[in-house]
Amino acid sequence: MAILDHSAFEIAKKVQRGELTAVDVLTAALDHVAAVDGRPGTLDGGALSEEDQAKVHAFITLTEKRARRQAEAIDERIRTGENVGPLAGVPITIKDIYCVKDTPTTAASRILANFVAPYTATPVERLEAAGAVTLGKVNLDEFTYGSSTESSAFQPSTRNPWDPARVPGGSSGGSTAAVAAREGCLSLGTDTAGSIRQPAAFCGVVGLKPTYGRVSRYGLIAFGSSLDCPGPVARDVRDAALMLSVMAGADPRDSTAATLPVPNYLDGIDRGVKGMRIGLSPDYMHINFPDPDTGDILSQSLPDEIRAATLRAAETLAAQGAEIIENVSMPNSAYGIPVYFVISRVEAASNLHRFDGVKYGYRTPSEFRDLHEMYRKTRAEGFGLQPKLRILMGMYVSAAQYSEHYYQRALKVRSMIRSDFETAFDPGGPYQLDALLTPTTPTTAFKIADIYGDSVLMQYADQFTVPANHAGVPAISIPGGLSSEGLPIGIHLIAPDFAETTLFRAGYAFEGATADADWRKVKPRVLLQAGL
Amino acid sequence: MSDEITPELFTKLVDLAAFAFDPTEAAYLRQELNNQLKAIHQLEGVPLSNDVPPAAHGVTYTSESRPPLRQDHWGPCENPDEILAQAPQSEARYFVVPDIPHTELD
Repeated sequence: MAILDHSAFEIAKKVQRGELTAVDVLTAALDHVAAVDGRPGTLDGGALSEEDQAKVHAFITLTEKRARRQAEAIDERIRTGENVGPLAGVPITIKDIYCVKDTPTTAASRILANFVAPYTATPVERLEAAGAVTLGKVNLDEFTYGSSTESSAFQPSTRNPWDPARVPGGSSGGSTAAVAAREGCLSLGTDTAGSIRQPAAFCGVVGLKPTYGRVSRYGLIAFGSSLDCPGPVARDVRDAALMLSVMAGADPRDSTAATLPVPNYLDGIDRGVKGMRIGLSPDYMHINFPDPDTGDILSQSLPDEIRAATLRAAETLAAQGAEIIENVSMPNSAYGIPVYFVISRVEAASNLHRFDGVKYGYRTPSEFRDLHEMYRKTRAEGFGLQPKLRILMGMYVSAAQYSEHYYQRALKVRSMIRSDFETAFDPGGPYQLDALLTPTTPTTAFKIADIYGDSVLMQYADQFTVPANHAGVPAISIPGGLSSEGLPIGIHLIAPDFAETTLFRAGYAFEGATADADWRKVKPRVLLQAGL
Repeated sequence: MSDEITPELFTKLVDLAAFAFDPTEAAYLRQELNNQLKAIHQLEGVPLSNDVPPAAHGVTYTSESRPPLRQDHWGPCENPDEILAQAPQSEARYFVVPDIPHTELD
């Protein structure tokens, strides 16, 4: 069994026991990257060769020397008998939206292409303090704005390891593709509307959006400050639980980081689902999308394979002892995307005003008469189309004369979305759910360039994931099968505030019950082509 | 609520956002903004009673989960040289910007 066929949990145990060195693991991971990744994303990446089209391109920056120093330090500490932490020697990647001191931190944008972070984000600091070895920074949609990773200014953008002609999803597409292609065991992503869970579903890995405030956002370049959640990407549920245990918790540098104690999420993960009440909602069993001409919302059935995978997951959990509660009413989830179009844009516009060519980042090299012209040229040249769209919409819907119509209304509808979840999870309510089971995505991974450019249709890729962001509740996507085209299908569990333990228990039980399924034996195409 | 972002309004937003676009970019962006507005207009049909509060975020903070306020005191920056080194232009430990447009008052 190759080193990287082991889980993060197993690798850490082997490194702690001296059966593997951290340097051995790092070497294996770097070999893996060399075999499958191809050239990293760069500004003005040029034309794609045939070889480019068969590679993953997860990375923007590979920090090999830094990783080697970390691995050697871990091995030295083990030699001297120190406790090196629960992620000893585990190779990880970081979405390039987190600051890592002395490392380029680009947000996949030209405007930050030359920015070297002067400090490290709290979740990264905690992962590294627990013994993780950071391989580098991975690609994403520019400033996380997208669902396919295609909007990155650093091209080639990441491709799906199961079929490199398809997108990995986004915005944490570099993270999920890296984990699927075994370029490291874990990755740190962010989820604002589904940006961990949607690409996790597309790439056949596990992705968790924790409860809002469970993980500190310090050092995360902000998009939607009331929605952004740092979270783990892993190959299995236990690894995701291990990763969250390490990085969750209060942080004096983030006033939104909750001060509730952090459980060890591995404790009791194998308790099973007997007696757990898991809901199914008809409101998550069809697809909504706007008519491009009229804007009217149309509805159609879920693709059969996605519906079948979700129902099969319910049957599997029921066979493990869960009680399935059908017909859970979640009527306001249908407004998740329009609400998101308003709230996220207002917050994005506010957060992106700071990029002006004065204190850091890109400044136009062309001539300018005064400060205003410098701002205009810098921002016009530095931002791509997706950040520009978000800034413009955010300014429009929050303008004094429109705010009541748009922003205030969206905040109220957000309350109604939250209210649906409170009712579903209310121990004295009509459903008394421990978790809600839904599909993660309305489709499997789509082909590169099929949707990119249509900002509305792209946003509707997040329609099943975004309600949890509005409500703040935790949710996890886990692999639930393969389509007839050999593409991963994700199933999605949503739980009450701070009930990540429930998600891990249910996910772990589902993994155990499907461990021998044929679809679990299939590897991503890039691994097979590389003979890995 | 059937607003549309007209070319005139678009120009005003672009100015406020400190952007500049060529005509092709401007046409694409305005079209996408109006398409997004069509989706947003779905919210018009949501029956909202007066007692529905706006939610600034989903999770409610309680006395157990809310961090205490920090002490209100200043401290020196730990690495000012690293911060200044990121600036496109600095001089004598100040950030340098071009002329700021201003109007002389009589």
